[in-house]
Amino acid sequence: MIVEPQQARVVIPGTVRFLLLAFLAVVVSITSTATASEPNADSTLLETQQVEPVTSLVAQDFKYDNGERIELFWVPSVDDRLVDGLVTGYEVYRTVNEGDPQRLAILPPGANTFRDEAAEIDSVYSYYITTLAEETSAKSVATEPMTSEREWLNRDRGYLFLIAFVIAAAVIFFVETAKRGKKLFIRKIAGLEAIDDAVGRATEMGRPVLFVPGIHDMDDVQTLAALTILGRVSRTIADYDSKIFMPVSRSLVMTAARETIKSSYMAAGRPDAYNDDMVNYVTDEQFGYVASVDGLIVREKPATIFLLGAFFAESLILAETGNSVGAIQIAGTARPAQLPFFIAACDFTLIGEELFAASAYLSDEPKQLGSLKGQDVGKGIAMFFVIAGTVAATISYAWDIGPVNDVLDWLNQVFSSN
Amino acid sequence: MKRQIPLLITFFVGTLLIISVFVPPLGDLERDFTLFFDIIAVFAFFLGGGNLLRIHLMKLANRRKDWGFSAVTVSGFLFMLAIGLFKVGNPGGIAEAVDAEGSWFKVMFDNVINPLQSTMYSLLAFFVASASYRAFRAKNREATMLLIAAFIILLGRTPLGVMLTGWIPEWMSVAQIPNLAVWIMNSPNLAGQRAIMIGISLGVIATSLRLILGVERSYLGGDSD
Repeated sequence: MIVEPQQARVVIPGTVRFLLLAFLAVVVSITSTATASEPNADSTLLETQQVEPVTSLVAQDFKYDNGERIELFWVPSVDDRLVDGLVTGYEVYRTVNEGDPQRLAILPPGANTFRDEAAEIDSVYSYYITTLAEETSAKSVATEPMTSEREWLNRDRGYLFLIAFVIAAAVIFFVETAKRGKKLFIRKIAGLEAIDDAVGRATEMGRPVLFVPGIHDMDDVQTLAALTILGRVSRTIADYDSKIFMPVSRSLVMTAARETIKSSYMAAGRPDAYNDDMVNYVTDEQFGYVASVDGLIVREKPATIFLLGAFFAESLILAETGNSVGAIQIAGTARPAQLPFFIAACDFTLIGEELFAASAYLSDEPKQLGSLKGQDVGKGIAMFFVIAGTVAATISYAWDIGPVNDVLDWLNQVFSSN
Repeated sequence: MKRQIPLLITFFVGTLLIISVFVPPLGDLERDFTLFFDIIAVFAFFLGGGNLLRIHLMKLANRRKDWGFSAVTVSGFLFMLAIGLFKVGNPGGIAEAVDAEGSWFKVMFDNVINPLQSTMYSLLAFFVASASYRAFRAKNREATMLLIAAFIILLGRTPLGVMLTGWIPEWMSVAQIPNLAVWIMNSPNLAGQRAIMIGISLGVIATSLRLILGVERSYLGGDSD
């Protein structure tokens, strides 16, 4: 039963209301006395209690979308309480172009927002909420008819665009500068300097090289970074006539890795030495994959192990097993939580950005090294704003100076945009 | 040509997805492309499964070293594939979900795969112990600092830390081991992690740009066309 409170309310004078209430009390008293032997008499009265509707229902167009979203906000019913609450949920209704109401969703008690994600531009929408109780319900006032709008530019992301533009421009500028022949200084990265030696060691010992590209698929940039390094490593392996094993946990990574290694062997002039079985698929299951790779490490005893890509709980299991067979291990990931494990168990660790810099570093091509310089500009900007933010926050907290507070607010605004 | 087409696709898709971040009508593109990727990945699974079978069957056929492991792998793979595809023992028949209660697939998953995975995961405890032992040896100044920090955090997360320094008066509460542990985690540790995260973000931007602009081609096997 849907009650429409706005239509049902009638103004009753105080004296009449008092008389009505007194009459009701007498009737209730007589009824309860007469039915004293019936245990559910009181609860029957409670169940038929009316419930108050939600109030202040507002519908507004979602800012910066394709015109398909409308947001609703409301104040929950006064009967929506944790203790002795009557509300069992809310139903969201929508009318399109003054047609019949459609129920969009049923929400639990306590809900006070809803997002309609199926709106269309040029249609006129109106919404109302029905508050549900055990045996009754109450309909709210419907919102004013409205339309959703499409925005072509997300102005909230203006600062993000600016930051991205500056960093991208710096990267492109330094790539072009390097192309023109300007010598750029890049610091030594020990883990990458050791790659040739590590592959050489495997060759001398007559043992294979194991390359593990993490457990994520090709849609993870860490896996892409790992494959770009694989391109360089497999070229060295082809040159040294060493042997590589690469068990993978994703089929697409298998296909991409095969292409990468094959191209490296061809570039090294040794296509005959390439074999598809260098890369083999194991399983998508995290610990099934770990068991297989651990078994391979223990049986084959590789001289060199590369652990590069996206790693999770398996990072330490793999690295410790590699350590136990005396392999030289070069690891790298962009997951900060796994870095300590690699640092503890591996000989060289590429920390975060070094994983992404590796391919450019190993290539020694000026245009690739230029991109690393561009990255440094981004770091410089980050350092400047970290220091400025720290100083502003400290001064603001200690002395509450107006202009400094404004700077702090502005920094918050800039770096909280998404 | 073999390299030009992938480079062109990378440039087009990469640029489009960057633009979609700032242009709301293109906002769903990321979701759509992720969906495309998932569809391709599903078909690629046939390649993976086929490769797994081929390698292990060849190992079995040639009776190569450790062929016993291959026998277990192949039989496990085929058995799970069969009971999953034909929904063997599934109370609701072929129309029911593959992991319905009572189905062979569910029974195998709960009683074989799950315990095996837990076993592998539990090895981590022992590996943490052996790795910590090596990492915390006070060989130099940095390792000593690491050892002290680890010691404080270990004590701070146990009742012993409260017991040892609970007597320190309130005005010196920062010296209580649990508070020191919280400070180490929230200040130096968090600052270090954030610095790494900033570096990673910049690295991702630079790598993405190198891939989009075609500067980085090693994943295609190098520069030669």
